[in-house]
Amino acid sequence: MNWLTNNWPAVLELAGAHLMQSVVPVVIGLLISVPLARLAAGNRWLRPLFVTGSSLLYTIPSLTLFVVLPLILGTRITAVSNVIVALTLYVIAILVRSCVDAFESLDRDVLQAATAMGYKPARRFFGVELPLAVPVMIAGLRVATVSNISMVSVGAVIGIQSLGTLFTDGLRRSIVAEIVVGIVATVVIAVVLDQLLRLLGHTMTRWQRTGTAAPHASARRRDDTGDGADTGGARGAAGALATVESGGASA
Amino acid sequence: MTEMAIRYRGVSKVYPDGTTAVDNLDLDVPSGSLTVFVGPSGCGKTTSLRMLNRMVDPTSGVVEVNGQDVSSIPAAQLRRSMGYVMQQSGLLPHKTVEDNIATVPRLNGVSKKESRANARELLGSVGLDESLATRYPAQLSGGQQQRVGVARALAADPPVLLMDEPFSAVDPVVRQDLQHELLDLQKRLHRTIIFVTHDIDEAILLGNRVAVFARGGRLAQYATPEELLRAPADDFVADFIGRDRGFRSLSFENAAVALQPVTVLAADTGERTVVGPGSENPAPWQGTGAAASSDWVLAVDERRHPLGWLPVRSGGEAAGREELRVGGTLWHEGDSLRTALDAALSSPSGQAVAVHEDGSVAGVVPGEDVMRAIEEQRATRHHGAEQA
Ligand SMILES: Nc1ncnc2c1ncn2[C@@H]1O[C@H](COP(=O)(O)OP(=O)(O)OP(=O)(O)O)[C@@H](O)[C@H]1O
Ligand SMILES: [Mg+2]
Repeated sequence: MNWLTNNWPAVLELAGAHLMQSVVPVVIGLLISVPLARLAAGNRWLRPLFVTGSSLLYTIPSLTLFVVLPLILGTRITAVSNVIVALTLYVIAILVRSCVDAFESLDRDVLQAATAMGYKPARRFFGVELPLAVPVMIAGLRVATVSNISMVSVGAVIGIQSLGTLFTDGLRRSIVAEIVVGIVATVVIAVVLDQLLRLLGHTMTRWQRTGTAAPHASARRRDDTGDGADTGGARGAAGALATVESGGASA
Repeated sequence: MTEMAIRYRGVSKVYPDGTTAVDNLDLDVPSGSLTVFVGPSGCGKTTSLRMLNRMVDPTSGVVEVNGQDVSSIPAAQLRRSMGYVMQQSGLLPHKTVEDNIATVPRLNGVSKKESRANARELLGSVGLDESLATRYPAQLSGGQQQRVGVARALAADPPVLLMDEPFSAVDPVVRQDLQHELLDLQKRLHRTIIFVTHDIDEAILLGNRVAVFARGGRLAQYATPEELLRAPADDFVADFIGRDRGFRSLSFENAAVALQPVTVLAADTGERTVVGPGSENPAPWQGTGAAASSDWVLAVDERRHPLGWLPVRSGGEAAGREELRVGGTLWHEGDSLRTALDAALSSPSGQAVAVHEDGSVAGVVPGEDVMRAIEEQRATRHHGAEQA
């Protein structure tokens, strides 16, 4: 504890850097994954290409990526942008899959009704498809975010500042308190962000859990979106957890 | 000549997999009429309907709406000029009831405030309470969802309504309500409605004209419900309509029959009175007049609900209670000819017993009056059909 009282400004700074390196890739990755997934959903050629292609990204060990990217991008090896690019790739690996699931889980009747009312494609996408895809998408987003928070630390090995720096520094100088603070801070950030996303999803999908429906209506609702969302989310989460573990091991 | 709102001219649709869904369809739908497409599953009803709003493009032929080839109208614009209701309401689950109803006006650029106010008004006209406006579709029963679907289709005031099996997913009681409400609505609005169903009874109840489709997308017959029941074009149509079609054809006509007075006998007091038109307050029995000359008296309980018929002996004395014949079915004012005929046929006296809403006796309709009404109905219908 003593260590923390003396060093908290540095810890805060590292936490800020850590947060930035994990959140920015999620945002960029999401912006790339959604259009890719929308193109791939239900498409006989693009779907296997994008889904398989993106999951292959995940098999590249993160440390390798951190080392190789500077060569490709022409950046310094310790540049933060390397981490951002690498983690964006991992986010895409997770999100393309779960966004494809999200778009494919949409109720065809609802989409047809929207078209029949005179929605044009772009407006239908932003006004109907995207909001309805949120429940399944949020599940993937949570996995990607938490996995990013754990992976940012790897950058510390090659000297990129983050909470991971507390492990490497603590190990080198044998300061147990520093390592513990690093672990606790990482976990706290992960839990807080995960809960924030859960909350966000909750407010964006109020329409989904509106209790007092008649049996007929609620049964149908469950068929159409609820179940799809749950299984999609669980599947996405399980898959991503497995890859997080293997990613961590390879690092 | 009635103005034609919708025309199919030699329209065929062959799907890429080779299925012929619609085969050389020629059909004219008059403006302001309710036309039903009926037929077994897979006979191309939905496909025919969707060619109207360009959800499906015909392989060959021309589809015209209000004299314009639909393929010349931008799809979104065309669709906003047609209300569309489908089986599973198709409501947008993430929007409240009022915002669902406001969808098309919003797409057309009407302000949120105005379109919501309009949506709330529409709720009333489809028999829903305004308090439902802020609910989500998942919080509604199936029947309520269909009503919202109808309100949504009406929101932009479209001249044409397309309804694809809108009531087939709700239970029979609710379906009946919805059917009658649609008829009421149509009486006020006079839209051109195309209504798809596979239920011939629904087709006969709702349609001004009915198009019967056969497998393979062939139009087997296009006629008024009466013609359909009386003169099916071929075996397929006759088979599809099923049994009892003569009798059933009476069920969509209100019986225009006049009530006759009837002598009733209070079972508890034994007092005789005459009930019926011209005797708002039951008149005392005089032993003379039309009602008195009948061979039967109608026994009633203290609330004047019918109990059954008693034969009148030659001396004018009613038979004792032990001879009471339990009456037949009852006829409420406004019921169909079919109900009236059934009430007359099932009554021991040959007279249909008419009751008020509270179940008390209103009078009787002799069987021969029902038959005459059926004849008259046929004559006027025949005449009407020739005019159309
Ligand atoms: N998109 C499609 N691709 C290929 N075939 C189709 C398609 N849509 C419909 N069909 C086929 O075309 C035929 C007519 O279909 P349609 O949906 O118009 O029938 P329907 O009369 O509405 O039937 P139902 O009463 O079951 O709704 C069917 O054989 C159906 O399988
Ligand atoms: Mg159909």
